[in-house]
This record gives sequence, C-alpha cells and structure tokens, in this order.
Amino acid sequence: MLAFLVKRFANFLLLVVIASLAGYVLASAALNPRENFLGRNPPIPESTINSILTEVNMNDNDPLLERLGSWAGGVLQGDLGRTITNDSVNEEFGNRIWVSFRLLIIGSFLGAVIGVLFGVYSAVRQYGWFDRTFGMSAFVILSTPVFLLAILLKFLAIYLNERLGFRLFYTVGTNTPELYGWELFFNSLQHMILPTLSITLGGIAFYSRWQRNSMLDVLGSDHMRTARAKGLTKRQALFKHGLRVAILPMATFFAYSFGLLIAGAAFTESIFGWYGMGEWFIRAIGVNDINSVAAIVLFTAILVLFAGFLADVLTAALDPRVRNR
Amino acid sequence: MEDLKDEAMSRQRLIRRRFFRNRSAVFGLIVLAIISFFAIIGPYLTPWSWDLAQENGIDFNAFIDSEYGGGLTPPSFDDRHYFGTSQIGADVFAQTIRGLQKSLLIGLLVAVFSTGIAAIVGATAGYLLGKTDRALMWIVDLLLVLPSFLILAILSRWYQSSGWLLLVVLLAAFNWMITSRIVRSVSMSLRERDFIRAAKYMGVPTRKIISRHLLPNMASLLIIDGTLNVGGAILSETGLSYLGFGVRPPDVSLGSLIAEGTASALTFPWLFMFSGGLLILTVLSISLIGDGLRDAFDPGSKSGARR
Repeated sequence: MLAFLVKRFANFLLLVVIASLAGYVLASAALNPRENFLGRNPPIPESTINSILTEVNMNDNDPLLERLGSWAGGVLQGDLGRTITNDSVNEEFGNRIWVSFRLLIIGSFLGAVIGVLFGVYSAVRQYGWFDRTFGMSAFVILSTPVFLLAILLKFLAIYLNERLGFRLFYTVGTNTPELYGWELFFNSLQHMILPTLSITLGGIAFYSRWQRNSMLDVLGSDHMRTARAKGLTKRQALFKHGLRVAILPMATFFAYSFGLLIAGAAFTESIFGWYGMGEWFIRAIGVNDINSVAAIVLFTAILVLFAGFLADVLTAALDPRVRNR
Repeated sequence: MEDLKDEAMSRQRLIRRRFFRNRSAVFGLIVLAIISFFAIIGPYLTPWSWDLAQENGIDFNAFIDSEYGGGLTPPSFDDRHYFGTSQIGADVFAQTIRGLQKSLLIGLLVAVFSTGIAAIVGATAGYLLGKTDRALMWIVDLLLVLPSFLILAILSRWYQSSGWLLLVVLLAAFNWMITSRIVRSVSMSLRERDFIRAAKYMGVPTRKIISRHLLPNMASLLIIDGTLNVGGAILSETGLSYLGFGVRPPDVSLGSLIAEGTASALTFPWLFMFSGGLLILTVLSISLIGDGLRDAFDPGSKSGARR
C-alpha cells in the first residue's frame, strides 16, 4: 500500500508543478498590467511604467520565460512575489487564507457529513416521506447556482431580522470591529451562519444524492444478505457491512468537489463581503494582478490534489482490496 | 429484416413509454418546452427592445419610457412593461427574454461540443488503452486539477473581446473531463465484446470501429450525459456572467441580469426575481429530463443522483 501511496503522491507533485506553471503562463498571457497605468491624466511616462512593472516582475517587455523563471524561483523559496501595488503576496495570502479556510472547511465538512447521513437515511427508507420530500428539495438546490442561493439566503435573513426585531443574522463581513472575547466569538458566529449555510446546502444536496445511490446498490447486494443470514440484525448488518462499503465512493467525490467548492467560495465571499481567497481572485483579475492570480491558482491546485490524495488514503484505509495491492 | 426493424421500433417505444410514465420527467419536459417557446416568441410580445443602442427598426425613444419619468416602474400591463423597468428605464421583460435566449443557446452548444469531445477522447482511450490511454487520462487529471472556473475567469479578458462564441468553445473545452472518464470505462468493457473483435479482425480501421461500433452502442449514455451537461453549462455560464467574466454588456445573459438586479432587489424585486426564477426552472427541468431519460434507457439504475 505504501508504494501505491508514494506513487500517487509523486504524480500529485508533478501535477501541482505543471498546473501552477500553466496558471502563471495563462495569467501572464491574458492579463495586461500595463493597462492600469495607461490612459491616465497626466500621462505616466513610459520609462516610469516600465520600472514599476519590472519591480513587481510583470513587465511584458521582458521575455515570458525569464519572468516565469524568477517567479518559480521565488516560489521555491517560499516567496510568492509582489502584488501589482508592490505589496507582498505572502502577506495578503496570510491575511486571507484563514477567512476562506474557516468557510471552506466547516462548510464542506458539514455538507459532506449531513449529506451522507441524509443519503443513507433516504436509501434505508426508500420512497418514504423523507426520501420523497428531501429528494425533491435536493433537486431544486442542485439546480440553483451558488450565487443565487447565497442571494436568496441573504434576503431571507434580512426578512427574518425584520420580523424578529433584532439582528440575528449579519449579512456583510466576517465580524463587527472592536469586539473582544465572547462577544467577538458570538458575533463572528452570527456572521458565519449565512455564508457557511450557502456552501453547506449545496454540499448536502450533492452528497445525499450520491450516497443514496451507492447505499441502494449496497443494500441490494449479496454480502448484505449473507450478513443477515448469519444472524446479524438489520441495524448491525447496516452499520458493520453496509455503510463502510457505501461510503467508499464518497471519498473520491469529496476530492473532486473541492475544485467546485473553491469556485463556490468566490461567489459566497463576494456576496457576503468576506475578504477571502475567492474574493481576492476576482479582485486580482480586475486589476491585472498576475502574481496574486498565480498564487491563488497554485493554492487551488495544492488543495484539490491534497483532497485527492486524502481520498486515496481513505480509500486504502477502508478498502482491503486497495490496501493489499 | 422485418423482424429486426420491428424489434428496434419496440425498444424505442418502450423507452418512450417509460419516459412518459415518469411524472417528474414529463413535468420537466413541459416546463422546458414552455420556457423555450417563451424564449422564441418573447421578442414579438413586447414593443420594447432589450438593447439601448439598437437602432435598426426600433425607435430609440421607445426604449426610454419618457411618460413614466425614467425607470424603476413595477410590472404592469397598462404600459406593456410586463416585468417592470430597470434603473435606466430598460424593459426588464425584453432583457430577460434576451438573457434567456443567450443562456439556453450557450448551454445547448456547450453541451453538444463537450459531450462530443468527451465521446471521442473517452472512446479512443478506452479502446486503444496502453500509452494513448495513459497520456489522455493524464491530460484529464491535469485539467481536473485546475478548476475550469478559475481558468475561464483568467482568460475572460481575452475571450470577452472576441464575442460569445469563443466563450462557448472555452466552456466546452473545460467541461468534458468527467464524462470522458465514464465513456472510457464503458469503452473498456465494450472492446472485449465479440462484435467489436470481429470488426477488428476483419480489418476495419480503428477510427471506423470507434465511430460506427463503439459510440452508437453507448448512445444512451451520451444522450443522458449530454442532457445533464446542458444544465451544467448553463450554471457555469451564468456564474461567470454574474461576476462579469462571461457575457458582457451591452449583451445580457441570465447571470448578468441577476447581478444587475441584486443590488436593489429588496426594494425593486422585479429586477431580479424573473431572471432568477427562470434560471432555476430551466436548470431544474433539464435535470429532471436527464434523470427521466436515464430511468427510461436503463430501468435498473437507481434514479436520483446524477449518473
């Protein structure tokens, strides 16, 4: 198994390197930082623009390979370069990553766990009232784009706040400034509910549909009948022999859905005014900030592949067929 | 020959009957039919134009409603602004119809292209195996690492100036990977079947085996996936347009309309609710149809989740 994991890991590293280099090249080709300095009044002299751009390693007069080389060299030493306003990308990255992580980790974890539970319950009680009503709502949620879901949640929250007469939900930002201790904690929670919910709801709908399918397949399988035949109760058979097999495919979906999740975070963060990675990405494209865009692509590639690797490890841990390969 | 034809007909009829017995699939089909009909005849129902700068045939002044003193009038049948007017006095009905047309058209084209790419790549990899397979699947892996949303957003500067057809091509180019994996695994099992082997030993060239024998035998899979891909493509396009990375003003899509409408949607809900509602209904009906098709083609599969 170790050899299998090492091989997978090596492949992942290679993919990260290629993906991030491709990300840098694409960003350099599509974005034009020079544009930011043109058309100003009074006009900025060409030599000044050139020196500003050279300082942040975004001068399109330098050959692309040279810029790529110095960017990659910096990344290897842990330096992600300078933003278009000549600030440190690392610093910005450090400020924003926790904002996003809080949202993504809690949102995706809750979505996966609740989704799997609901999916299992739907499958066990197939065509029951829960299965039918929940199945239809999952369908509607899956047909609703993240941005629309987030906007609708926001409106619902504003309406509820008005009806309640006090602010239960906050719709903008991560927390109210100048609060400390428990006050800050509860205030942050109130800010977190809506963005987390808009990511979690999609996750619940997504995972529950898959889990229901995979659980139904397992419930009809021979080894479940054998487990019942050897005298286990339905519940014992379900937990000991059913769930373990039915959860396996979810690990892979979890990995693949991570890429989608990051895209989802871009919408959620910009709608709820969270200054996280997704919001940074949208802003960086708007101001032609090549190095910031490249840093976010690198971050995404690492996250997606890490999730993929984790899925492999999990599969190996749960599935003896893979483990003994 | 007669018998064979009879049997082909009966299978088709069987599938059709299974599909039309499925209540939610029929509901989806009816809703989608109404929406498409609405998208086609909509422009003839309103005297207003969606485009401020459009001068051919339509009176420029017809666009700005001077009688009501500019924009933000609620929906009303008296002045024929069925969905009300926007901040600058544009007719929301005309804009929504235009956005609906754009989103439907883009979704349809992207689904056709991406399913086509997926079929060719997946079948080639699954049939040839070996080095070709490894190379193609490695490309698939690589493209899955970089979320298509990120790549398309980065490239937006570049394709937005060259019109929406390039957006279609790019959306298709980054949307085929998962379907191609499924096609590959089906091809791998089909290639061991006798009729494929027979064709191979008779000297039928590879390209012909793939196009004449492999792909027709997974037509049902391709139809189902193609249908579901329409919904996915519409979601990607509206998402990009919402952030300003997709269809761009002066042209509109459902995504850009929703983005414009949300800013003041609490006080002026008509700016946002028609485009939002239509978007959800469209995608929902498409996924209901796709699900119904799967159940009809393959009654053994459990209905519900995608694929």
